[in-house]
Amino acid sequence: MIRFGKPLKIALGLIVIAGLIVIPMNFNRYGLFILSQWAVMSIAAMGLNLTLGYAGQVSLAQGAFVGIGAYAAAIMTTHGWPLPAAILVAIALSFAVGWVLGYPALRVQHHYLAFVTLAFSTLAFLVFRNESWLTGGIYGISNIPRPHVFGIATNKPLPFYYVCLGTLAIVSLAVWWLIRSPWGRAFMALRENPLRAQSLGVDTRRYTLMAFAIGSALGGVAGALYAPLTQYIDPVPFNLSLSLDLLMMVIVGGAGFFFGPFLGAMIAVLLPEWLRFTEGYYLMLYAVAVMLLLIWSPTGILGILDRYLAERRTKAASALRAVAKSRLETAQ
Amino acid sequence: MSNLFDLLVAGLATGAIYALVAVGFTLLWQTSQTINFAQGEFVMLPAFLMLAAMHVGAPFWLAIILGILLSMILLGLAFKLLLVDPMMRHGVLPLAIATMALAIGLKEAVKQFFSAEASPFPSIVPTGDISILGHAVSLQSIGVLVVAILAVLGLTTLLNRTSLGHQMQAAAQNPTVARIIGVPVERMILLTFLINAFLVALASLLITPIYLAKFSSGEVLGQAAFIAAIVGGFNQVRGAIAGGLLIGVLDNLAAAYVSTQYRAAVPMIFLIAVILFRPQGLLGRAEERTV
Repeated sequence: MIRFGKPLKIALGLIVIAGLIVIPMNFNRYGLFILSQWAVMSIAAMGLNLTLGYAGQVSLAQGAFVGIGAYAAAIMTTHGWPLPAAILVAIALSFAVGWVLGYPALRVQHHYLAFVTLAFSTLAFLVFRNESWLTGGIYGISNIPRPHVFGIATNKPLPFYYVCLGTLAIVSLAVWWLIRSPWGRAFMALRENPLRAQSLGVDTRRYTLMAFAIGSALGGVAGALYAPLTQYIDPVPFNLSLSLDLLMMVIVGGAGFFFGPFLGAMIAVLLPEWLRFTEGYYLMLYAVAVMLLLIWSPTGILGILDRYLAERRTKAASALRAVAKSRLETAQ
Repeated sequence: MSNLFDLLVAGLATGAIYALVAVGFTLLWQTSQTINFAQGEFVMLPAFLMLAAMHVGAPFWLAIILGILLSMILLGLAFKLLLVDPMMRHGVLPLAIATMALAIGLKEAVKQFFSAEASPFPSIVPTGDISILGHAVSLQSIGVLVVAILAVLGLTTLLNRTSLGHQMQAAAQNPTVARIIGVPVERMILLTFLINAFLVALASLLITPIYLAKFSSGEVLGQAAFIAAIVGGFNQVRGAIAGGLLIGVLDNLAAAYVSTQYRAAVPMIFLIAVILFRPQGLLGRAEERTV
């Protein structure tokens, strides 16, 4: 039987983490920016994966929550507040808004929910653009400061990349813990069969709202990092297409798989960069690649891996069975 | 008062376009559970196909015919065979995501192979105003309204009065039973894809002279059509028509009476209200809840 043993998994994880820490050290400014962006988008996609992949609620508003977090961080830090305080406010704000947005989810399902959240995402964009007394309107907010972490300034790209990576690590651990907790299991019960979940005593109302709110709060965290990363924000990056992109990341990576968002964000952020040598064709190729992948494996990249491992397992099992059977026959 | 009249006419004209696009959207949903997030881009593309035909020297009328035929092949046949068919059995969500990717692909392809700039597009209706009840009304608005109404009337006659239309409805409502009583369900589904392609090509022909041909013009239109379809009733052709007209008028009135800044918010808030209080849409039948 070929299965990844636990030590092998841990070793693989450590190698990846070490790679993420060491290799970017000699990246240029742009490479570090892209990699930081990957970390930020992974956080937002992880939040959406909770809502969609684990609790089964389709949301097209994750981009709006990234925007809420980004504006909260931008406004607070340009007024002299430290970033951690801004992150806490971003979490609280997007959690609260996400909770409210969860109410439609109690009434309507599937595509209707997708359209309610789509409408919300457009409304949020309008607020960012029009309430210029708060958000700077179309001129946006510039000179967003980067934080000091343990007394070290993170103005340079490399230290700030580590801030993003560190936050990604903390969020990953939190999500890892969450999906293994009774809450995570309740979310999955909700996704698989809401009626049965209810009959088993899962408070569907509360958990639906929770799934939305926690997922949104992670969007807020991503936004609160995005603002100091780009150091300038305006409403454009947080329009509907960001929500669609995030949804694509989750599905392409593999909805409901823990590592799905990491892979999805990698493809959405890095693939267009790798394809840049094709000049103007890169987004087109990206679109074709996504379509082909989804035709081949609707459960995303990790779906392929999952299927492959499952097949290996069944093959190995049937081989064992065949051996056992032939032994029986020879014994007779 | 005169202002209100003008707003209503202009609103109905844009609403008629939304209706055309929304009808195709609901047809695809009914027959094949396809939520086509590229529907707006489907309206954007035919105008460029027609422009391309004119660039190689075809006269306008020939370009229109070629554009409609090409869009039926690409956006009807190829869309169904290459994307929807292989993905149908995977459920609604992956297919919806694939159409999002398709929307990106179409936008980028037009931007790359044609132009990132907006191009002017000839109008099939002469420009100018005529006087109705003492109001100057643009011929273009009237023309758009008339053509769209004719198309919608043609479609509803096809669906309700002909045997082909009855077969299409049967295939949409209950494919299993339709198959048993001998309806060629597959062919009917293909037909709805072709009709959708025809309707978006028509919408493209009508709307592009007003808003210019631009690679990104599908975004707003697609969203308006989604809202129209949901507001009117996702599972009803007449719902999509009513929804389209309603959203068109609402959008125009909102721009005049609410605020230009939040004009886009009015249809959205209306959409959220409709979904919350009448999820099946204003004219829709309630679908049995799967949950």
